[in-house]
Amino acid sequence: MTRTPPALELRAVTAGYDRSAPVVRDTSLTVDEGEAVGLLGPSGCGKSTLAKVAALLHRPYGGTVHLGGVQARGWRHRAPRAQRTAVGVVFQQPRLAADPRLTLAALIAEPLRATGRKAEALARTGELAGSVGLGTDLLGRRPHEVSDGQLQRACLARALALRPRVLVCDEMTAMLDASTTAALVTVVEEYRTSTGAALLAVGHDRTLLERWCDRTEEMPCTAAGGPPLRSRAPDPVSVPGFGPEAPSDH
Amino acid sequence: MSQGTGAPEPLLSVRDLSVRFRMRGGREIAAVTDVSLDVAHGECLALVGESGCGKSVLASALLGLLPGNARVGGSALLSGPGPGEATDLLAADEATLARTVRGRRVGLVPQSPAAHLTPVRTVRSHLAETVRELTGAKGQALATATVAAARRAAFPADHLDRYPHQLSGGLAQRAATALALVGDAPLLLADEPTTGLDRDLVERTVDELRGHADAGRGLLIITHDLAAAERIADRVAVMYAGRVVELTEARGFFGAPGPRHPYARGLLDALPERAFRPIPGMPPELGDLPAGCAFAPRCARADAACSTVPALSGTAACHHPVTAPEPAGCGIRSEGSRT
Repeated sequence: MTRTPPALELRAVTAGYDRSAPVVRDTSLTVDEGEAVGLLGPSGCGKSTLAKVAALLHRPYGGTVHLGGVQARGWRHRAPRAQRTAVGVVFQQPRLAADPRLTLAALIAEPLRATGRKAEALARTGELAGSVGLGTDLLGRRPHEVSDGQLQRACLARALALRPRVLVCDEMTAMLDASTTAALVTVVEEYRTSTGAALLAVGHDRTLLERWCDRTEEMPCTAAGGPPLRSRAPDPVSVPGFGPEAPSDH
Repeated sequence: MSQGTGAPEPLLSVRDLSVRFRMRGGREIAAVTDVSLDVAHGECLALVGESGCGKSVLASALLGLLPGNARVGGSALLSGPGPGEATDLLAADEATLARTVRGRRVGLVPQSPAAHLTPVRTVRSHLAETVRELTGAKGQALATATVAAARRAAFPADHLDRYPHQLSGGLAQRAATALALVGDAPLLLADEPTTGLDRDLVERTVDELRGHADAGRGLLIITHDLAAAERIADRVAVMYAGRVVELTEARGFFGAPGPRHPYARGLLDALPERAFRPIPGMPPELGDLPAGCAFAPRCARADAACSTVPALSGTAACHHPVTAPEPAGCGIRSEGSRT
């Protein structure tokens, strides 16, 4: 069997916000075509940082990111847009992720407009909103006029607008109630079934991710209970099952 | 209501609480409608429901923290200060609430504590201010009381001089809980105290809150986290579109025989450890509620009778409550969708 390159591959990624104390160290992770992988770990262990690297939104200090076998290149603080559009991202807090000045319609259509597909934006906004269960009556509203659940639905529609081959959901449902959680997971799974897209779902809800994903990976945290503080001695984070447990080079 | 009548005088007794917001253009938002519930000493009542169903508005109403365009109806009697006395939190004036109720008789454990704390001040400074304000302590006594207040919420003393951004979610939660406990209030209101915390911290946080209830305080916890509610609550009140649609013992709600209201049942069925099946549709707009049962448009059991609002009879407000457990549904994804 000829092996197709994985949809998303992180090789020995080291990343963070301070070179002397990176949050993620030498971590490797592979998500195959069409596969759903859940990334579990306590708060502050670097899950979200790794998700941002996977979404090409945060330049790692070391290591490489490959999408469909092609290495992401030309990083500034993030990767060039042409590469980023292959990945859709949904963040934890829709209130922070959504521009408060945009209507939901403009929010959903923004990726299409930003990539110069204005006609398509007009045509597909309604369809995208419908696919996440948003009625057209809500599309003229701005974020402060809708609930968290409705806003997160719009953020998911926005993430799907460019038909990404990889979807990264960083704690997508942490703020949401059980029914909205199940509804959004259903939308993601419908999208993946119809397109064969891969999924990296980051979260701390083991029950949810084990139910949702094909497999889960642990990201243990030696600094359990809190984000690493600058004053704290850097803790080497080795991730069993993620690849070789390389010793820290610091 | 049947609950609480046989028990000694409840700590908090809410009757027919309604909150309406008047908006521009004469629109009116029915955020809370006819809510009645009791919280006894040493009891934990969990108020659960989808976001935007009016849970947090109810908490704000009890603390007199609603914005100016709100109109409040009903009563909320908090027993005290003397034996046999009670204060109506909804009728009390601002001076009474500020000087005798908030912090002293009702402690608030806020949602997103990291945002609740002032970013430019240390935890010690927050606690000292609250202790000084509530007890009048000064000097060395103030310093001692501050450390004691931190200890009561299991906040580590060596972290007292940290700023909110230097705290993990769990420690920020403990700092906020410590602030709520300073006044030794008999009633604690916890508004989504576990949002954004990971599962271990959720469990630790609710266990700590439970400990405060076991110490004799009344605890009203508002949450959308059903697992947290199951862990902590004696009784559960399910809110939908501003109304309490089910109010029952936690054990029977989460275990057998299960909830009787179809909405509550749907909420439990949406859990990943159960059927993982969402309730179809979305909750109605609080400014544009349907006539009759607000859940009817999403309900498989709805019929003509549902055009009138059902009263809370027994434990559920439903014309067609579930009587026997339904067979568990299949999950939302079939094996075929896996690759």
